[in-house]
Amino acid sequence: MSSSLLQPRAPPSLSSSSSISGSKPQWRFTSPPAVTFTRRARNSTVNAKIREIFMPALSSTMTEGKIVSWIKSEGDVLSKGESVVVVESDKADMDVETFYDGILAAIVVPEGESAPVGAPIGLLAETEAEIEEARAKAASAGGSSPPKIAADAPVAASPPSAPVAAPPTPAAAPVVADGPRKIVSTPFAKKLAKQHKVDINKVVGTGPFGRITPADVEAAAGITPVKSTPPPVTAPAATAAAPAKSAPTFAEIPGATVVPFTTMQAAVSKNMIESLSVPTFRVGYPVMTDALDALYAKVKSKGVTMTALLAKAAAMALAQHPVVNASCKDGKSFTYNSSINIAVAVAINGGLITPVLQDADKLDLYLLSEKWKELVEKARSKQLQPHEYNSGTFTLSNLGMFGVDRFDAILPPGQGAIMAVGVSKPTPVAGKDGYFSVKNQMLVNVTADHRIVYGADLAAFLKTFAKIVQEPDSLTM
Amino acid sequence: MQSLISTSPIFAPNRRSFESYASPTALPSSPTPFSLRFCGLRREVLRLSQLKHRVIGTTSKKTRFNVSSASPDGNGSPPTTFDYDLVIIGAGVGGHGAALHAVEKGLKTAIIEGDVIGGTCVNRGCVPSKALLAVSGRMRELQDEHHMKALGLQVSGAGYNRQAVADHASNLASKIRNNLINSLKALGVDILTGFGSILGPQKVKYGLDNLITAKDIIIATGSVPFVPKGIEVDGKTVVTSDHALKLEFVPEWIAIVGSGYIGLEFSDVYTALGSEVTFIEALDQLMPGFDPEIGKLAQRVLINPRKIDYHTGVFATKITPAKDGKPVIIELTDAKTKEPKETLEVDAALIATGRAPFTKGLGLENINVETQRGFVPVDERMRVMDAKGNTVPHLYCIGDANGKLMLAHAASAQGISVVEQLTGKDHVLNHLSVPAACFTHPEISMVGLTEPQAKEKAKKEKFKISVAKTSFKANTKALAENEGEGLAKLIYRPDTGEILGVHILGMHAADLIHEASNAIALGTRVQDIKFAVHAHPTLSEVLDELFKSAHVNVDEHKPVAV
Repeated sequence: MSSSLLQPRAPPSLSSSSSISGSKPQWRFTSPPAVTFTRRARNSTVNAKIREIFMPALSSTMTEGKIVSWIKSEGDVLSKGESVVVVESDKADMDVETFYDGILAAIVVPEGESAPVGAPIGLLAETEAEIEEARAKAASAGGSSPPKIAADAPVAASPPSAPVAAPPTPAAAPVVADGPRKIVSTPFAKKLAKQHKVDINKVVGTGPFGRITPADVEAAAGITPVKSTPPPVTAPAATAAAPAKSAPTFAEIPGATVVPFTTMQAAVSKNMIESLSVPTFRVGYPVMTDALDALYAKVKSKGVTMTALLAKAAAMALAQHPVVNASCKDGKSFTYNSSINIAVAVAINGGLITPVLQDADKLDLYLLSEKWKELVEKARSKQLQPHEYNSGTFTLSNLGMFGVDRFDAILPPGQGAIMAVGVSKPTPVAGKDGYFSVKNQMLVNVTADHRIVYGADLAAFLKTFAKIVQEPDSLTM
Repeated sequence: MQSLISTSPIFAPNRRSFESYASPTALPSSPTPFSLRFCGLRREVLRLSQLKHRVIGTTSKKTRFNVSSASPDGNGSPPTTFDYDLVIIGAGVGGHGAALHAVEKGLKTAIIEGDVIGGTCVNRGCVPSKALLAVSGRMRELQDEHHMKALGLQVSGAGYNRQAVADHASNLASKIRNNLINSLKALGVDILTGFGSILGPQKVKYGLDNLITAKDIIIATGSVPFVPKGIEVDGKTVVTSDHALKLEFVPEWIAIVGSGYIGLEFSDVYTALGSEVTFIEALDQLMPGFDPEIGKLAQRVLINPRKIDYHTGVFATKITPAKDGKPVIIELTDAKTKEPKETLEVDAALIATGRAPFTKGLGLENINVETQRGFVPVDERMRVMDAKGNTVPHLYCIGDANGKLMLAHAASAQGISVVEQLTGKDHVLNHLSVPAACFTHPEISMVGLTEPQAKEKAKKEKFKISVAKTSFKANTKALAENEGEGLAKLIYRPDTGEILGVHILGMHAADLIHEASNAIALGTRVQDIKFAVHAHPTLSEVLDELFKSAHVNVDEHKPVAV
């Protein structure tokens, strides 16, 4: 089967991904679909030859697809019309073919995971020279700061790779003594090596005739056999280098299942560990929201969301307290950010992402709401560009919709403060006149980097914020 | 009882070419013996050089024939009275099927067998392999914790006893063999023991010097595993299907040369029993004989998730058995450039490169018949053709020996077709209606043309084809079994509703195909069969849905209420 019946599609262009994935091939078991690509001219450097492979729409009702298997592996050379990946739609499994010649540089969505239609699932480089670039791009895209999205997450930085780099070195030593030798590895050993990204040439074979067995590869990858009852005794060179270094060993509960992190979850984990190096403190503040609620009721019909209202309020308060919008990058200085970009934490099936409302203080409420909807849509379909989730200067996290009255957020590395917003609920409040009244009250709790933000700064910021929320007319101006 | 033995497209250009492995060295001048693949089963029926007697019949019978066969003399002239109406050389599934039908038609029939009754299929092919595959299917299921858990079952470590598994296979073979012998005896078919050969028109010799005459003769001598040159078979670490079916050992790592039916089925068995498998395929893709779409899915389901890797586009030009403390060494050569590629070191190698006809020593030269790469040339009525292209009167050849379609049930069907002709009814077997199946887990089955073949035919004959597909994912029974993996595919003519081919991969595909093969054989069209009712919930609804999803542009027959 080749691509003779391919649906016509938009040619590669500089258009955004969504425009391409929007085409709906009316196909029902007629021919394998082709992967869609777009060229991305994100960096000004020469990377125009790197294409993204997107989740195709295999039927008119398909919204997301699961990667059943990658037929090709990273580094494989693809020619036009070849099957690259098998996608399970709501109807059946389909082989998806490539539209271009090239090299599969990076697999972004691994086997077994799902991606929405139009989301990038892999990167295709045109020449070998660009593979590294593509990978680096994929890697840097998800780079340093807040929880990043799977779409551009570096495959190279996914969990299994961590142990890979290290173990082969000690393990390789004995090989050298033998001088050049032929490497024989069993089919399953090869599969495992690929899966765990172990360089099979550096694994020492202990099987018959010195061949590399699946167990050898697992050892090199730092995987201990599943059935070990005693806590893993640090076995030879291999496991020593495993990530277990920092993690204490826990007693094993029989029957537990181990699910490896997705790339997004791994990024979250990494960022959370990093956050431990920042000295933080927290300040809470009650905010009356009756006026805000009234405003919300008025503008809701115009498409304004509560998230936009809160982001706008925070941004306006930050404008008056630039230090809370600053960040401490080197432990020696304040970095005052030129714009106020409010990142808002969003739970996305099995992950966490922080789409960013840029220049939230400058955009009006309606534009902000529109922008927010767009970002959420993109986040769901894993189409967020890196600058749309890693450029935040202040983060807003709201669990009020679950009825949470107050909570404590972890400060994402690279930012000065994060605000945790609880539910707004009718609360008896004692007024200055000594009378009780019932007012809608919301508890906010800000976590900040004490190297740059001090208690008084935060308190002043919160006071301003509360004032803006309690007299929200300025929000609509 | 019989399932597929083997197939050969060489002499059947319109047939699917299941067989793909070809050794460049074995038959340098010929366009590669694609024919030779399948159910690994040796046949020694007629090896005169090797005059071994294996007594199967009773002594008394033997004596009787010695007497009766004394009449004719002079090899050139046909006798006028005959010992038998029909003599069949070879008691495999083809010969057996022909004999049964001949008796039913009132013919006095004898069957000559130089080895064991049942031939390849029963002794060294379909039958014992199904026993092993039954084991592998269960092992696979029990080992699949995920699958078990999904059904709410808990099973602790599944294991097996190699010898017991092997015994199951050999017991099944002997049981089926005895059934076969008993059925022949019960019907009064004379079983003559010894290698048979043709002395002249209507004259057959069997054993050392027993001569008999027959009004008609059917050659049904079958085939043996084909071993390309350069491969040394020691029966222990380098084996053919003949040896492998005895399951004398389960290697940790086995290379399977050839990825047709035999190779695929054995990979299913070996991986279920814990082996790792490396396929060596001469063509550029695995399972080249299958409909490409089915092949792709098969690769995804039967190859990729298992402990299997493969080398395609290479010949195994030299295979040395394990000895002197060394593993089995396989030298690979690029199929196109003929340059040496790499060397594999494995624990065992299974040669599944197809099957070669067993026709040597048949005495065909006595009647001026020349085999073509070992196959006996026949016309569409299985009449043997001589060197000049004329049919040889009263001589027929069925089954693997003619290479038309190397499947056990095809041989049997050809035999029945011949008997029909002998008893006054012209009959031509429609080979396109003969189904084939591969008993992996899940199974693969097919009948008729593949999509590329259908396209080619459509182009030549200027008609259009359409393809309909259904998934097992949508089938209640399949989902209940947690076996939703699978696809059924129908290739048909939208203008007439004629069914050109059906291909199934999925649970019990081998049993499901018959609705389609019967439809093709009887000329039932899509617009008619779609009204047939299927019990719910059954796997057969996969085909029901398949037929219903086809769109035919002729006026459909409206069912008439009565």
